[in-house]
Amino acid sequence: MKFAVIVFPGSNCDIDCYKAVEETIGQSVDYVWHTATDLSAYDAILVPGGFSYGDYLRCGAIARFAPVMAEVVKAAEAGKYVLGICNGFQILTEAGLLPGALLRNRDLKFLCHQSPLEVVNAATPFTNQYREGEVISIPIAHGEGNYYCDDETLARLQKNNQIVFRYASGGNPNGSVHDIAGICSERGNVVGMMPHPERAVSQLLGSEDGKRMFTSILNAWREQHDAAVNS
Amino acid sequence: MKATVYVTIKQNVLDPQGTAVQGALHSMGFAEVDKVRIGKYLELTLDTTDRAEAEERVRAMCEKLLANTVVEDYRFELEG
Repeated sequence: MKFAVIVFPGSNCDIDCYKAVEETIGQSVDYVWHTATDLSAYDAILVPGGFSYGDYLRCGAIARFAPVMAEVVKAAEAGKYVLGICNGFQILTEAGLLPGALLRNRDLKFLCHQSPLEVVNAATPFTNQYREGEVISIPIAHGEGNYYCDDETLARLQKNNQIVFRYASGGNPNGSVHDIAGICSERGNVVGMMPHPERAVSQLLGSEDGKRMFTSILNAWREQHDAAVNS
Repeated sequence: MKATVYVTIKQNVLDPQGTAVQGALHSMGFAEVDKVRIGKYLELTLDTTDRAEAEERVRAMCEKLLANTVVEDYRFELEG
């Protein structure tokens, strides 16, 4: 299985994502610069955290028009796995691949700490190794992670089971609507989340609860791949 | 031609910055401040004299990049 980690000017979690893929599942992984115009070689695309283009105008607003983003959209449409983490989540919402927007944290502070998350949907390609309702510990590190969508969109997210992670009860750090920490596209192959699973892949880092996101992706890919081979 | 663009947070969306500034104004004794909303002000110099074309293109800029219409409204003025 081949992973791409997209690198924008200002990305700063690209190395963490790259190492997490290597450490957790040992699959092939490349850094792909924001000017790239072909992602056809990759099965999964990781859009990492950071401050792409200095967060100028709005987080993710300028990155969303980088040449590589047309390819990310194409990959998402083709059903490939796309995971946006933190600034990556902001970029995916700006690009319209995921609904809603990320606003300034309720208390205006940049928050950087472990955060208990409830796995709401354990049926996505990114969460199949978790149990529904399980509470896991994953760090957050953001100033603009306050997820917003209108009531109609929220109802749609709930109806289609597109809420993947919520801040566990009483722990909403940033004012997100419905305690939302991560969502997926209608098809489930695009996930965006503010917490950083790539920073939770070893007890040395404080938690290894993020590991299973990577084993989930590999598992989903293998199932899809084997099904294709056997059919 | 010059375009002046105002980007504001939609009325139904919470503005934490505005709320913090309101709190600061209150603590300074400006008790009459009911609500503060913070937005963005952009000045664009355009290399065109065609007002209709400028209007159409500035609207496209706002829709595509300058505002995120999920959470923001925009309006603009053209001069010159």
